[in-house]
Amino acid sequence: MNERSLAVWTFAAASLLALGCKKGEAGAEKKASALSEPEIKIGQTMPYSGPASVYGTIGKLEAAYFKKINTTKGGVGGRKINLISVDDGYSPPKAVEQARKLVEQDQVLLLFQPLGTPSNVAIQDYLNTKKVPQLFAATGATRLGDPEHHPWTMGFNPSYQLEGSMVAKQITTKQPGAKIAVLYQNDDYGKDYLKGLKTGLADNAKMIVAEATYEVSDPTVDSQIATLKASGADTFVNIATPKFAAQAIRKAYDIGWKPTQYLNNISASVGTVLTPAGLDKSVGLVTVAYYKDPVDKQWDDDPAMKEWRTFMKEYYPEGSLTDNINVYAYIVAQTMVQVLTQCGPDLSRENIMKQAANLDFAPDLLLPGIKLKTSPTDFFPVEQLRFVRFDGKDWVLFGDVLSVN
Amino acid sequence: MANKPVASSLGLLALGALPFVLSDYRVFQLTMVMISSIALLGLNLLTGYGGQISLGHGAFYGIGAYTTAILVHELQVPYGLTIPCAGIACALLGFLFGWPALRLEGIYLALATFALGVVLPQILKYRGIEGWTGGVQGITLTKPEAPFGLPLSADHWLYYLCLAIALLSFVVARNLVRGPTGRAIVAIRDHRIAASSAGIDTAMYTSITFGISAMYAGIAGSLGALTVQFVGPDSFSIYFSIGLLVGIVVGGVATISGAIYGALFIQFVPNIADDVSKAAPWAIYGIVLIACAHVMPSGVAGWLERLSAPRKVLESTRAERMTLTQEEP
Repeated sequence: MNERSLAVWTFAAASLLALGCKKGEAGAEKKASALSEPEIKIGQTMPYSGPASVYGTIGKLEAAYFKKINTTKGGVGGRKINLISVDDGYSPPKAVEQARKLVEQDQVLLLFQPLGTPSNVAIQDYLNTKKVPQLFAATGATRLGDPEHHPWTMGFNPSYQLEGSMVAKQITTKQPGAKIAVLYQNDDYGKDYLKGLKTGLADNAKMIVAEATYEVSDPTVDSQIATLKASGADTFVNIATPKFAAQAIRKAYDIGWKPTQYLNNISASVGTVLTPAGLDKSVGLVTVAYYKDPVDKQWDDDPAMKEWRTFMKEYYPEGSLTDNINVYAYIVAQTMVQVLTQCGPDLSRENIMKQAANLDFAPDLLLPGIKLKTSPTDFFPVEQLRFVRFDGKDWVLFGDVLSVN
Repeated sequence: MANKPVASSLGLLALGALPFVLSDYRVFQLTMVMISSIALLGLNLLTGYGGQISLGHGAFYGIGAYTTAILVHELQVPYGLTIPCAGIACALLGFLFGWPALRLEGIYLALATFALGVVLPQILKYRGIEGWTGGVQGITLTKPEAPFGLPLSADHWLYYLCLAIALLSFVVARNLVRGPTGRAIVAIRDHRIAASSAGIDTAMYTSITFGISAMYAGIAGSLGALTVQFVGPDSFSIYFSIGLLVGIVVGGVATISGAIYGALFIQFVPNIADDVSKAAPWAIYGIVLIACAHVMPSGVAGWLERLSAPRKVLESTRAERMTLTQEEP
């Protein structure tokens, strides 16, 4: 192609773009007063495509939940909720681009549940500079609950450190003198959890007799489990994502290692972890939980679970009734509605953050006795967990509600 | 031809004025388009002109991005200096990678570069260098402000910086492919044995092409890190490398202007696909891609050329190809 046509086309494209965008911007200008509109516009980035697309169901369920609120209750305070959920393909640069689109072009009030640690970290500084709430980020990374440095960011998931330290407390009180073996994923998530475990053990840190790591790219964790067994440990802390957690449970059983097993919460699903590992091989596993598992028989007649099933059938029929992520998303959507309700007529971004930092709320799909609590200095909504033990069919609750403090 | 300078200056003027009529978000998107076009330009030198397929250019882009991020974040180097550093680092790595890879041609080189693309995210997460790369959490950067007290916002300044570097890259690439080096590169693509018997050091030229091509990707990566303000291992997955390859094919293989169209494609089509369907954005993307391949088999650049000069085009490309293969230094 010669330069003449190159230049002509560049010029034409540029002017077209300018014209097209100018029109778009004028439209946005009109909506600049979005804060006083009869609609509550919130944005979200979600991995609908890419390696984490399995989590896309969270965004879909939340959109369905807001639709339900709009249809049955006319929205919140007479204003309908409009969730603009866009794909970021789990790619941080795409997440930045989409977050900017949501804030600058769509003029959303806040970003609700952007998913994934890398994506959330990538947009965190931008949103804080613009003073746009980044509410209930779907990750357990500790840096997303730091009101001092990022007052506009609040995570949702219990932090991995918190979970680790609770497991440590449980071990030190129930099994003093235990010999602990730890398997963990060699990344921030695994290390965060291990850090929590060691903090919780404090002076008893020498209880850990063996540590083994795996990479996400490893085909199996068989050799790690054999090494851990050889250490003579009688307690096994399994810090692994679903595939590896299932492998570890199965392998430990198959080689005749029978320690007390603590499984991390992210792999506590009966359907996706314990079933592939073998339900008979999973008897006695202990984990922490904060919401009800939809495949757990004990909640079959639970009114909240029944309501959730009705909701699923009516508003999100393509969603899976056995996937506990759909319970999680339902709880977070309820929490968002709670924050908006607490805001009353003042839907300013400041007030939204203020209300989000003033939660004392118990969605009924949380386990009995657990509440979501936040304060201006505490940006972690979930800080209470309960221990559950697997009896071969269901997770059975035992002990009291445990909280950080 | 008389209106060529007029059209060029009008085009430049339009590009220069754009930030003042667009929102910051649009300016950001256009900045990303220019950055991608630099990377595509480099890949096109290697793949389009050199005939060597690379599935690992996303890795060079990533290395460029991390070079800048680490230099700025850990060593407090002024960001302006890090751009050439990223370019040089990638040029060296590309050259060194191209050297042994010479024995691998076509599909085998594609596989070797594929390995590079797959490996990079994991290397970035490796524990030993985590102190530098930030591990899975990546590195967050602050956006560079306009220097010398220029009355420009950070977004606008980055736009002009990227525009300037993109223009320079285009001029350099155009001169390169029209000069003796370009002719040698094309000759190697078209007939390696003939080229070497005509006295072209095919090994050296292929390595140099790889180096230059990687340098473009590295510079693009460096600018990308500054614009996005964040680098993380997951930003540079193999999908990204394949996306670049899609970009040059859609834009037009072995064309200079194709880089712009390819960059527009990789920037905007995924957003359109997402608007159309949340359930299957990749399906929409695939359909658009197939449609492009059918309607414009020679890429957007080739299609536009056919539109603007229907008669001349075949003759001129044929003639150009002949001269490229016959006239050798």
